[in-house]
Order: sequence, then C-alpha cells, then structure tokens
Amino acid sequence: MYRYLIRRLLWAGVLFLAVTIVSYIIFFLVPAEPARLIAGPQAPPDQVERVRKQMGFDDPVVVQYGRFLGGLMPVSFDGGPHLKPPSLGRSYATRQPVTEIIKDAAPVTASLVFGGAILWMLIAVPIGILSALRPRSLLDRSAMVFVLIGISAHPVWIGLILIYFVGYKAGLTPLGGYCDMIDPSTDCGGPIEWAHSLILPWITFAILFAALYVRMIRANVLEAMNEDYVRTARAKGAPEWLVMRSHVLRNAMLPIVTMLGMDIGLALGGAVFTETVFGLPGLGRRAIQGLEGFDLPAVMGIVVFATVCVIVFNLFVDLLYAIIDPRIRLS
Amino acid sequence: MALLEVNDLKTYFRTDDGIVKAVDGVNFTVEKGKTLGIVGESGCGKSVTCLTMMGLNNRRNTITSGEALFKGEDLLTMKPSKLRDVRGNDIAMIFQDPMTSLNPVHTIGRQLVEAIQLHRDVTTKAAKTRALELLKAVGIPRADRRIGDYPHQFSGGMRQRVMIAMALINDPDLLIADEPTTALDVTTQAQILELMNRLQREFGSAIILVTHDLGVVAETADDVVVMYAARVVENAPVENLFNRPHMPYTWGLLGSLPRLDADMERLTQIPGQPPSLLNPPRGCRFHPRCPYVMNVCKEKEPELQPISNDPAHLQACHLDEQTKDREAAKLLAGTLAEVS
Repeated sequence: MYRYLIRRLLWAGVLFLAVTIVSYIIFFLVPAEPARLIAGPQAPPDQVERVRKQMGFDDPVVVQYGRFLGGLMPVSFDGGPHLKPPSLGRSYATRQPVTEIIKDAAPVTASLVFGGAILWMLIAVPIGILSALRPRSLLDRSAMVFVLIGISAHPVWIGLILIYFVGYKAGLTPLGGYCDMIDPSTDCGGPIEWAHSLILPWITFAILFAALYVRMIRANVLEAMNEDYVRTARAKGAPEWLVMRSHVLRNAMLPIVTMLGMDIGLALGGAVFTETVFGLPGLGRRAIQGLEGFDLPAVMGIVVFATVCVIVFNLFVDLLYAIIDPRIRLS
Repeated sequence: MALLEVNDLKTYFRTDDGIVKAVDGVNFTVEKGKTLGIVGESGCGKSVTCLTMMGLNNRRNTITSGEALFKGEDLLTMKPSKLRDVRGNDIAMIFQDPMTSLNPVHTIGRQLVEAIQLHRDVTTKAAKTRALELLKAVGIPRADRRIGDYPHQFSGGMRQRVMIAMALINDPDLLIADEPTTALDVTTQAQILELMNRLQREFGSAIILVTHDLGVVAETADDVVVMYAARVVENAPVENLFNRPHMPYTWGLLGSLPRLDADMERLTQIPGQPPSLLNPPRGCRFHPRCPYVMNVCKEKEPELQPISNDPAHLQACHLDEQTKDREAAKLLAGTLAEVS
C-alpha cells in the first residue's frame, strides 16, 4: 500500500512539472509585452527597458521557468538554506502577490463547486435510480429529455435565463456578485446572504453535471440489476429494498463516487462560465482576466493551484476506491 | 403427497419479436428427499421452469399459468411476501455460474449471515456460528479464517461450495440446482456432485438438478425428466430411462454419448436445430429432426403417457411400443452399457 502511495506521489510530481512547463511555454509563444504592462502604458521606452531587465524578461525561457520553480519551493538558498513560504510571484497587472489572489478567489470557487456538487447529486441520484427501476416509463423518458437539455444548454445561456426570470423579473435572488460567508463586504455578508446569492449559480453549475450523472447512474443501476448476484439475493428471499441497498446500489455507485471526486477536482480549477455570468470573483474569472492582460504570474498561479487540486483529488479518489472495493484493496 | 407437484406450467415472455413460449405445459413431481434430474438442450426451458417456480422472472414481461404446488400451496399465486418467506428457507436455489453469483463487495461471511437473518431471528454471532458450520460441512478448508474473505479470493469450485452452503443454511426441503457444475472442470464437478449427494443424505432435502449432462443425471438422480422445446417428452425413474428409453429424442441424447468400452468412429448426432419457441412446429415439436417421423407426428402433438408395463415411465411419442422397445434395445446394444 505504501509503495503504491509513493509511486502515485512521484507521478503527481511529474504531472505537475509537465503541466506547468506546457503552460509556461504556451505563454511564451504568445507575443506580449509584460514589461510594458508592468511599467504602464504611459511609461517611456527606457523605463520599460529597465523593468524588463529588472524582471529578467530577457533571460531564456528555461531560466525564467527555473526561477518560477524556485519561487515555488518552500526552501530558499539565498544566504544559507532557510524555510520560506512558497511564492507564485506577483501579478503584472496589480503587483499583488499571486498567492493572495488565489487566497481571495479560491473560497468563491470552492463555495460554488461544493454547493453545486451537493445539488447535482441530490438531483441525479434519485432520478437516475428511479429511471433505472422503471425503464422506458414516462418518468424515464422525461428524465432523458432533461438529460439532453442539460447537456446541450450552455451554462451561460442557462445562467442568463435564470438571472432574467428569477432574479430580475421575479426578484427572488440577487442578480450576481458574491457574498462572503464570514466577512461582510460592503454590499452583503453572512451565511444566509451567501447562500442566497449562490442559489442561481449553483443551479447553473449543477445542471450539466446533474444531466451527465443521471445518465451514468441510470446505466450503472440497470447493469447492476441484471447481475447474477442480485438474482441470488432475491433467491435468498431478500425484500426489494434490501436487494437495492446492499446489492444493487452498493455496486452501482462505486464508479460514481470516484467520478465525483475527479469532477470536483477538475471544477475547482474554476467554473469559468458560471463565474463569468454571475460576476463571481472566483479562480476561473481571475484566470480569464489574467489571460486577457497577459498576466503570466496570475495565470500560472491559478494553473498551479488547479493542477494541485486535480492531482490531490485524483489521489484521494484512487485511495477511496481501494478502500471501498475489496477487489482492488486485496489484489 | 408429493413435496412439489407441477401441473401444466406455462411461462411466456413478451418480447419485441412476439411471445416466446419458453415453458409450454410442463408436468412433474418431486418426492421428499429424492432427486429429480431435468435434462435437455440449451434453450429447452429447464432453467426457466425453475426460475418460474421461484418467482424470479421479470414480472413486467412474463405471463405465467398453471400451478406449482409446494406442500400443497401454489407458488405461482402466492403473495409476494409469503413467497419471500419460502425462498431461501423452504426452497433454495443455486445457479450455474459461481463466479458471478456472489456479491463481490461483501464478505462471504456477511452473505451467509444475510441468508440466515432473512428468515431467522438470531443474533449476528449465532448466525456466524451457523455459517461456519455450513462452511465446514461443504468442505471449505480453514473456514474460520476464510469466512471473512471476499468472493474473488475463492476459486470457482470453492465459490460453488459457498453457494451450496448458503442454500442449505436454513435446512430447505427442496434445493433447486440449475446446472451447478457446468461452469466447473470435471474433477471439481465430481467433487461438487459428491458433496451434494452427501448433504442430501445428511439434510434430507429433495433436489431438482437441472443439467444437459446425462452423466451427471446418471450419477445423482432418482427420477429424470427429459425436456424438449419447452415441453416434457419423457419422465421416468433413472434406471428405466437409461435401460429402456422410449422416445427418439432421448435415443438421440443417449446415442451421442461417447463410450470408453466400444470402438466408435463417430458420435451419433441429432440432425437439425432446436426449434424457435416463438413459433414452435405443429404437432410433435421434435418431428423435423426425428428419423422415425410419421404423418401423424406432423399434425397431432403426442401426449405424455405411461408405457404399458411401467406406469412410472411417461413418454410423448406416436410410435408404437414394440418399435420403441426394439429401437431401444438396438441402442443399448450398440452404444450404452447398462446403468447399474
């Protein structure tokens, strides 16, 4: 088990390097003038030149990447080895440390993603199971229509429709913006307003996933119900609810649980469309802003954070699967 | 009173292509403590017969008629809750493929305990003790350690033993075994059959053994039912069936068995294929493949009737008895040694 863990961690490191290298290279293939951005549009050319030298923009890509990695390490060798907090540099646009940017944006995205995940599971699990229990019934066919719509409709479109009818016309929810759960900002704060402002974003974010999961759950449950061991359970005289709980669902939901972990890990990198439509200052929106302004540190920082999230969640999911499926645990 | 009496059992399946008559008028009885073998080709309806009796067919597309009287009560019209009391308790069933018949994410101990606690109000500890007893009885080595293992940690033969343990754990009066050894290699097959025989003597259960293997039937059955195309074509005590088979299909089955004590160049085949159950042939269902076919066979379906000097031996064929005796004798002289 430990060897497995070490191996996975080493692989995670390799993955991390690969992702950051690729992101770095892409950024350098785009013609941009970061020095100009930092110095400001009004700055004279020699000031821009000074900034460029100061920031080391003339150094080869490899050196700059090496500097970036060095900043990431928790140890520094300047003046003898000592611990230092990992740094992701400073935003070219705002000169804010990127770690601060992430610290502000991550909770927003996390609220959206975790809340959305709970919502989509609450929708998908019952509908998926009921559709599988009554295939080709009216419920099942309606569910499949819902799935088709959910997958086809763009989150931006869904978000705008919801904002217009629920937020604007009916006035039931705020039209956008984020309310912090703990620190009240100028406009709003506290857990109730936090949840209130997130209702429409949660729905928008969840619809696509709910649709996908309904289909997956339905397929898995249908398949599990045709397994021989389900027939054995019935032959033993088990009532249907026990057959469903102990035999069908216990097996059908295994892959769903792991998919859930992976999807959440992925979404933590930023639910870009939803955050944009609702004006939520999350990681996705900040990444877009960074890209528009060629703000390499900000973008790289978010890429790093998103990569770490994906790697961590995938690792977690692998371990979880090993725990809940004895065939993997004991092979 | 017979333990189980099946009368005119019919099971039809609604499919997109029409109605499949998987079981079309089947009759037989099972006596207490005895073994009935049900023999036939794949698709003849033998498994469906058992699933129908246990109520394990998909209710949505299945039409059932007839009766299956277990200790006098009809299983087919029983209330579902009462049928659940019977399943796993008075009648138990084991299936063909032991590799997939156990839930992979629960230990076998837990699945055995489940089998007990569904029907007996006992503590888990007591149930576990009983489970251990059965595991030892079916010959699982180091049962106390293996009871916490998962199905994938057992071989096919061991899994089938676990299934048998699970079936017998509540002392059922009837055990239905649907091709229990088909998926196992020959040596394991022999062990499992021997185990079943021994347990039958110990527990006193009746057994219905469904198989396509006549060798298995010869070893374990007291009575035999031969099925073809969803109907019973011959029904006799095992010795009578093997010593004096009275139906061309049975001759074909016996004739296709290889022999160790005679030189055979080719095995006799029954030409043709089993008929479609969507649209069975008119008259006798075997007539398109029967080498003895007469005109009456194409029009009128033969009824299951006793032969003249042996009322326990039923057969469904239009041929006269003398011809059948003659052909049976020829068959036995040429291809089969007498069954002891």
